[in-house]
Amino acid sequence: MRGATHAQWAACAVAVALAATACGGGSDSGGGGEAGIISSSWGDPQNPLEPANTNEVQGGKVLDMLFRGLKRYDPKTGEATNMLAESIQTTDSQNFTITLKDGWKFSNDEPVTAQSFVDAWNYGADVRNKQNNSPFFSDIVGYDDVHPASGDPRAKTMSGLVVKDPKTFTVALKDKFSTWPETLGYQAFSPLPKSFFTDHSGWLDKPVGNGPYTVDSYSKGTGMKLRKWDAYPGADKAQNGGVDLKVYTDNNTAYTDLISGNLDLVDDVPAQQLKNVKNDLGDRYINQPALIIQTLTFPLYDPQWSKPGMEKVRQGISRAINRDEITKQIFRETRTPAKDWTSPALGEKGGFSSTVCGDACVYDPAEAKKLIQEGGGLPGGKVTLTSNVDTGSHRDWMDAVCNSINNALGEGPVCTVNPVGTFADFRNQQSSYKLTGPFRSGWQADYPLIQNFLQPLYYTGASSNYGKFSNKQFDDLVDQANRESDAAKAIASFQESEKILAEQMPSIPLWYQNGSAGYSERLEDVALNQFSVPVYDQIKVI
Amino acid sequence: MGRYVIRRLLQMIPVFIGSTFLIFFMVYALGDPVAALFGDKAPDPATAARIRKDLYLDQPLWKQYLHYMGAIFRGDFGTAFNGQSVTELMAAAFPVTLRLTLVAIFFEIVIGITLGVISGLRRGRTVDTTVLVMTLVVISVPTFVTGYLLQYLFGVQWGWVRPTVSPDAPLNELILPGIVLALVSLAYVTRLSRTSIAENVKADYVRTATAKGLPRSRVVTRHLLRNSLIPVVTFIGTDIGALMGGAIVTERIFNIHGVGYQLYQGILRNNSPTVVGFVTILVIVFLLANLLVDLLYAVLDPRIRYA
Repeated sequence: MRGATHAQWAACAVAVALAATACGGGSDSGGGGEAGIISSSWGDPQNPLEPANTNEVQGGKVLDMLFRGLKRYDPKTGEATNMLAESIQTTDSQNFTITLKDGWKFSNDEPVTAQSFVDAWNYGADVRNKQNNSPFFSDIVGYDDVHPASGDPRAKTMSGLVVKDPKTFTVALKDKFSTWPETLGYQAFSPLPKSFFTDHSGWLDKPVGNGPYTVDSYSKGTGMKLRKWDAYPGADKAQNGGVDLKVYTDNNTAYTDLISGNLDLVDDVPAQQLKNVKNDLGDRYINQPALIIQTLTFPLYDPQWSKPGMEKVRQGISRAINRDEITKQIFRETRTPAKDWTSPALGEKGGFSSTVCGDACVYDPAEAKKLIQEGGGLPGGKVTLTSNVDTGSHRDWMDAVCNSINNALGEGPVCTVNPVGTFADFRNQQSSYKLTGPFRSGWQADYPLIQNFLQPLYYTGASSNYGKFSNKQFDDLVDQANRESDAAKAIASFQESEKILAEQMPSIPLWYQNGSAGYSERLEDVALNQFSVPVYDQIKVI
Repeated sequence: MGRYVIRRLLQMIPVFIGSTFLIFFMVYALGDPVAALFGDKAPDPATAARIRKDLYLDQPLWKQYLHYMGAIFRGDFGTAFNGQSVTELMAAAFPVTLRLTLVAIFFEIVIGITLGVISGLRRGRTVDTTVLVMTLVVISVPTFVTGYLLQYLFGVQWGWVRPTVSPDAPLNELILPGIVLALVSLAYVTRLSRTSIAENVKADYVRTATAKGLPRSRVVTRHLLRNSLIPVVTFIGTDIGALMGGAIVTERIFNIHGVGYQLYQGILRNNSPTVVGFVTILVIVFLLANLLVDLLYAVLDPRIRYA
């Protein structure tokens, strides 16, 4: 029975292995129970948590709790108000003198000085540090020396940044940019403590900032515990004891945890649950426009689409799309039909206008057919829409838009859909200018500023101008707005430039994307800011 | 025996190289991962070029592969885009998935073989028919349906267990996910052992054993079961690899941060070092599990000898 003893031995080994692993686990991290602590859903940040390297919501969520910059956007109005800045002065909209407030420090007691900002910005701009957000520093004089188009940098610091004294520094921009101070609320402009540079990996394991929270513990890929910093010098102290961020792979699972009381806050309600959300959460559900707009951009590098007269066809296609019905049926009102090229999250004061697109964004199939015929018809009698279809119900709305167009024209299936499997693949096709029909372009603004919705997308040669739209008048108006020292006049000038978009229709505004969130009965005063990130410091735990 | 093992281990080398190359090729053919790093914005050309250079993406594919394999033999699986080394991710993910797999295998063996023996011995009776119908139902329902259903019933509706697993993934929280993961294989194990038992129960050696006057329990466990288990062991052995790599759905539903989670994340973000690294390890697991199964044959059936 030699074999039998072997078999027994194997069975024992399995039993031992089971028992041994049982010893491994044990400590329970208590769901939504700890007093005064909010547990909230999270996604693994795509990049290391450096302020100048974070360009998505999940990392941004943490930075918003850990850092305060020169300015901060009011979560409700989107207005940029001074935070660490005492004043930002300029006489020519090009050279700025920035003075800091007294009393600010990092949570390791290091004071926040002008040097903390200048070092952080130089780090963010340096091409060797491979920071995603480095183009944000490209307006500063000397950026090309630390971030050349190819090769190694010629300098370590940007010559446009000069520290005058611990509380003051000056910034020289390459061109006039009147609303530049308003951009400083963006997280890429956060100050950094010395430990970021001296012990970089240590800092990444446990980031130190100057915001209302400190990091208690961070296990990458799993979660982060943030606690209220009692000695926080700012006025917006945390109203709760802390936040436990838990990584979820699937927002459905996070939603299940919220419903069963294991989680307090979910900041992305999955599409499949939208029909239950009223029942499950009642008024503990937030759904409001964010700084995101989805558009269909025309490939104007293709003469078929850009020859004179085609603007009528482009407008016609816009008028053939039934935005109201699509946002209601497919998105269950988590998208808002677009009426301009910005976002309602900017507010009327910030430049949002519900009239600028006018009739061109109103569904009218008869008029659409007329316009397209007047413009000479669709190029080749056909139109193909392209988008990645791995997320965001892109396939569904593209089909709906096509149906809408086909019905309006009544010429059979002239509109077809070209679904692309992955975002990376779509990205490659889009940025190599290979697409010959309208394609999806989503845009999430980095700061609540009308300039950010227009200049990077439609200015001649701009970085994200994928359709290669070029219009002298539009460029002139944008330049004029950037020179304008009065904010209201600058915005008026930007809106003026939007009217050209309405005439030329280089891209069709489809809808504004909303931010959504659901929360448990333990919380109150939950709100989302324009970036669809919950304003954690204001949340109260009952 | 020793020579046989060595021969098998040597055979693994070409399989390993071939499969990793295929995976490498497929993952890298998915498109430029750097472009997707920048979201809706256009990538900054200088930064993107730097990242490509650091990741060897500016080299031709075969050079990239050689460089990657060279690094692997030095124990370096590269760095994921979030700055963590892939080895670090593996150290976190594999123990969790291994635990989940063991729980699943445990249920497969205990429940599957028990049900198989019971229905095999009572072939054609009500018990047998019931078990057969039940396994048919289980096999035909996809894992994500049973997963969400059981999670909703036990986790939300009745509140007996937490619907999701905490980061440490202790064993008691892995019971429900383990059952969900095991269900389909469990049904196969039941069917396999049932057929095997039903055939062997009429074999001469069983009649002999019974005629010798051995107690029925001893006949079943010592003689019948041992000979009937060979196909089942093969199945469970290959299933170990399948369960470890195929837990993506289950791990997503129960928010378990194991291998499936890392693979899913890696594929979603086009993060080639993570995907290739994890799949490489899974390939090794598969190969070793298969070797183990072949060796177990000899243990179960003394007639099988390896020279």
